[in-house]
Amino acid sequence: MRAMLNGLLAWTDARFPLSKLWNEHLARYYAPKNFNFWYYFGGLALLVLVMQLATGLWLAMFYKPDAALAFGSVEYIMRDVQWGWLIRYMHSTGASAFFIIIYLHMFRALMYGSYKAPRELLWVIGMLIYLCLMAEAFFGYLLPWGQMSYWGAQVIISLFGALPFGIGEALALWIRGDYVVSDATLSRFYSLHVVGIPLLLLGLVAVHLMALHEVGSNNPDGVEIKKNKDAAGVPADGVRFHPYYTVKDLWGVGVFLTLFMLVVFYAPEFGGWFLESANFVPANPLQTPEHILPVWYFTPYYAILRAIPDKLTGVIAMFAATLIFFVLPWLDRHPVKSIRYRSLLFKGALMLFAVTFILLGWLGTEPPTPFKSELGLRLGELYFLFFFVLWFYSKERSVRFGYAIFGIVMVLMVIADVIRFDASKQMLILTSALIPVAYSAIFLLLPMHTRLNESRAVPERVN
Amino acid sequence: MSNATDNPRRRFLTGAATVVGGVGAAFAIWPFASAWQPSERAKAIGAPVDVDIAKLEPGARITVQWRGKPVWIVRRTQETIDTLAALDGQMRDPDSIVPQQPDYARNRYRSIKPEILVLIGLCTHLGCAPSHVKQGEGALGADWKGGFFCPCHGSRFDYAGRVYQGVPAPTNLEVPPHRYIDDTRIVIGQGQETA
Repeated sequence: MRAMLNGLLAWTDARFPLSKLWNEHLARYYAPKNFNFWYYFGGLALLVLVMQLATGLWLAMFYKPDAALAFGSVEYIMRDVQWGWLIRYMHSTGASAFFIIIYLHMFRALMYGSYKAPRELLWVIGMLIYLCLMAEAFFGYLLPWGQMSYWGAQVIISLFGALPFGIGEALALWIRGDYVVSDATLSRFYSLHVVGIPLLLLGLVAVHLMALHEVGSNNPDGVEIKKNKDAAGVPADGVRFHPYYTVKDLWGVGVFLTLFMLVVFYAPEFGGWFLESANFVPANPLQTPEHILPVWYFTPYYAILRAIPDKLTGVIAMFAATLIFFVLPWLDRHPVKSIRYRSLLFKGALMLFAVTFILLGWLGTEPPTPFKSELGLRLGELYFLFFFVLWFYSKERSVRFGYAIFGIVMVLMVIADVIRFDASKQMLILTSALIPVAYSAIFLLLPMHTRLNESRAVPERVN
Repeated sequence: MSNATDNPRRRFLTGAATVVGGVGAAFAIWPFASAWQPSERAKAIGAPVDVDIAKLEPGARITVQWRGKPVWIVRRTQETIDTLAALDGQMRDPDSIVPQQPDYARNRYRSIKPEILVLIGLCTHLGCAPSHVKQGEGALGADWKGGFFCPCHGSRFDYAGRVYQGVPAPTNLEVPPHRYIDDTRIVIGQGQETA
């Protein structure tokens, strides 16, 4: 029996690189031995992708992409299709789970410098996946054809209308295929959601993995394990991905699925964060819901858009907030990768960035009162200042250079505040200005006068 | 015939084939991109709409659909008409410089008849449908003279659809082309010139 199977393998290997692929990507792929908790999320993202494909395939069997039928067909799936509710709740919860995992996966890269050389391209491909994921989520959210689906799409498509010289309006019309969001829009979003973007996503994920396995995984110490190879050419600090990490990841899968199914079974709407209550009302083109907001994974960018009292600038800032991640490897040129050996100020800046992102996400779900809009604007400034600080920390800066940079940041901020000045919000603007001023003073000036920005020595081998 | 490779000839043929193929591929994009434009049917549905306003009471608003968009018709009271001039100082574009209305509606009332206001009911910020908030209603404060408030991002408009300063919407609400057939009937989607 065994001889027969070996024979079959040899026959296959002569015709298809089965053993070669297995070894290159699993059995002989050497990953650093010091992976920690943060290294679960790549594998989990793959799991959720497969789950979304499977549940999506099944939903497409019952869903009707037609403005007159869509809302009813979703109700049909929920009430009449055998186990339809489970498949749909897995799909809707899966969308939010996907973004939770991807945000943690990206945060891991920020902490351990996984975007730095030689992994710049790996990071850029990952960002493309993130963009595709956002497009996929946006297209998918229109399909239930509820009030939030409809007006959410109306608002997001109108963002393109902000482009000047009449390009914007023409582009928005072209995307909608009608003068308002309508059946034409629904049908094309359906096609993109079930065929176009998933194909792109699968291709990009394959390319992401190929790039990863070419350069090798980073690790919590930010040490290149390929620099220390034994006589056989195997990294001394590496272990075979299979079985070591496949088994570790399986354990993570177990924990994840437990949490995931708890949400699916007991809180699929998650208090309005995963499925919004306004979406249980059919789309009505004549009436906007009282309070419209995107799903949580878009709200940090949405908060930035809303905070800026000028349409085009707001739209540009929102897109810039997303796209700035693409150039991260070229902004942060600091030689030390891992947060473990970077300075106290870097640690503080990164943690503050995470807090800023979460606060912006919360603000994006709140009604835009003057106070919250102002706070959103200041947090938006901190968001971009973080990337500026990363660039500033890339190398040793002289005291004179530091003060010059600090001065430039202050001047730009004052100009922005003068342009948007509104007498009725005078006190608010002046008080809240302390937020970016304090931030810039701490992160741009302290490195000059204290030793808080000194990195520690990076070890030769992983710990 | 020699077996030597004629490299310049090979390069020329490769280049020519690339150019011809590239132009062909570029043209092939056209039908795919055009398919996303509004279809002939969508354009046909955009035909003008007749509205009877005989029963519209002073201060009231009705909403009709034209090209799928909500169109409001408001019969303004004399008091609201009188407040318009006093609000000029708080408006971003008090004199309707930005062409958000047909020429025949480019006046203080942004309408053909002072008492009848016709507007496309979509906020010029991101396309939400603002709500009609009368003076003293809602949470817009004692100074609110009545008008339209967009719940999405807080843009405010007066009773001529003019945008207040300091809100995200960049321009006044759009006045669609419209004309009167007689005293109580309006056609939305057809201007006075074409009548």
